[in-house]
Amino acid sequence: MSSMNELYRQVIVEHFKNPRNKGLKNTDEYTKLRLKNPSCGDDVTIEVKIKDHHIEEIHHEGTGCSICCSSASVMSEVVKGKDIEEVQEVIEDFYNLIKGEDVTDEERLDEAMAFGGVAQFPARMKCAILAWKALGTILAGKSGEEDV
Amino acid sequence: MRYYDDFPVIKNNPDLVYLDSGASSLKLQSVIDKMNEYYTKYGVNVHRGVYQLSYIASDEYEETREVVAKFLNAKTKEIVFTSGATSALNLVARSLSEHINEGDEIITSVLEHHSSVMPYQEICKNKGAKLIYVPLDKKGNLTVENFKKVLTDKTKVVALTLMSNVLGNTTPIKEITKLAHEKNAIVVADGAQAVPHMKIDVKDLDVDYLAFSAHKMLGPTGLGVLYGKYKELNSLNPIEFGGDMNDNVELYDSTFKEAPYKFEAGTPKIAEVIAFKEAIKYLEKQDLNKIYEHDYELTQYAINKLKAIDGVEVYATESSCGIVSFNIKGIHPHDASTIYDEKGIALRAGHHCAQLITKWLGVTGTLRASIYLYNDYSDIDKLIEATVVACEYFKEWII
Repeated sequence: MSSMNELYRQVIVEHFKNPRNKGLKNTDEYTKLRLKNPSCGDDVTIEVKIKDHHIEEIHHEGTGCSICCSSASVMSEVVKGKDIEEVQEVIEDFYNLIKGEDVTDEERLDEAMAFGGVAQFPARMKCAILAWKALGTILAGKSGEEDV
Repeated sequence: MRYYDDFPVIKNNPDLVYLDSGASSLKLQSVIDKMNEYYTKYGVNVHRGVYQLSYIASDEYEETREVVAKFLNAKTKEIVFTSGATSALNLVARSLSEHINEGDEIITSVLEHHSSVMPYQEICKNKGAKLIYVPLDKKGNLTVENFKKVLTDKTKVVALTLMSNVLGNTTPIKEITKLAHEKNAIVVADGAQAVPHMKIDVKDLDVDYLAFSAHKMLGPTGLGVLYGKYKELNSLNPIEFGGDMNDNVELYDSTFKEAPYKFEAGTPKIAEVIAFKEAIKYLEKQDLNKIYEHDYELTQYAINKLKAIDGVEVYATESSCGIVSFNIKGIHPHDASTIYDEKGIALRAGHHCAQLITKWLGVTGTLRASIYLYNDYSDIDKLIEATVVACEYFKEWII
């Protein structure tokens, strides 16, 4: 079960059980995007309030496996308050982490580093990146609903 | 070890516990050898060449049509080769759509695989016809009584699965077909899950069409079969046009061959078709009735063992053959499946291309162990052991 524990690190289980920033405000101040993975049923909506080129508020909502749900929760804490360009770098770094490649700034990824074990589970990579992909798509200027 | 030499995947993965045959069965060595024989000894096109090798390939190809026909108690000309059960079901639906008008009704069920219901959703949207669902009973069974409630004079097509790929329960298709024919409705049966596990006699069932896939019954991927009662089949227009299916071609109009050839446009899946007969011969040698008994017993064994584990919810019914759907309560099937993968157990997690039934069950997905002739009690015992471990592992997660 050692690699199970490698995948389900304490941080991940903890965020799954007690998700942070969960629940949407659904007001005009937020840009919202829903991203689904039809092949597995993971379904995440991210909304962000951007002020002065920074992510002032971020919330998530959705259904999916523990990796998907806790990843959204961890992400919301990691990116909150950061400059948009920096967030885009963090997202790139997170993708590298999931692919098992080198990351440029481990400290900046903070608790998201706990998802490093996913690299050994190719079937779960999409679960881990869904929320991050939704945020990246919002920052690229999109909103609404999409399938991965 | 009985099947060690017959299935190279078992030989090459001696510790594998393969419980995903509902998605695709393991492939026979004799099927692989036959494909190889085609590619290495006479790998040319069929129905075209006027030379020796082409005759051999064509004879081998057509011999499979005969073997499949005998297997189903059908006529040879009633067998069409397609690229899978999905394309077979789409072929029938699209060809039948010409005869569907506004206000007509098409009966289906929430037990269906997406490929048995989505083609009719499209037809209904385009033609203003109505898609009607047979209500299931509490256990998820499709009953004759409930079918009677939705059958009307407007029913034109009845599209139902013979066996659910999520619950494993079978449809009383013979009785349903009899009732449907009294209303002159066409019956299209999805046999993708049933045909690998049980003896199907199309004359006895009297269905108009039956679709199934080769790769779920020890055969090659990329190949499906459409059986059609000849009078019905030959009355349909093809949906693909081109090489080999044509008769006389003029500038602005062409004529087609008779069924089944008018439905096989282009170069077919030659190697796959030629090799598929080896799978059927093997299944016949093993005896479909014995296979059914074996799969049914193992399925019931698994269901009863899983039901006894605290924290497991089993969705399959007593009538289930070959399919065991379950969940660890409160745990997403994808989280649970990682434990099984760790232990070398291959099973499916998700909605199994049948979202209507997972929605009916009120879940986002299930774990699904599917059983076939090469599985034994030790495979099920390993599944049970892993499930106990999974329940223990995830216990602290349950919110």
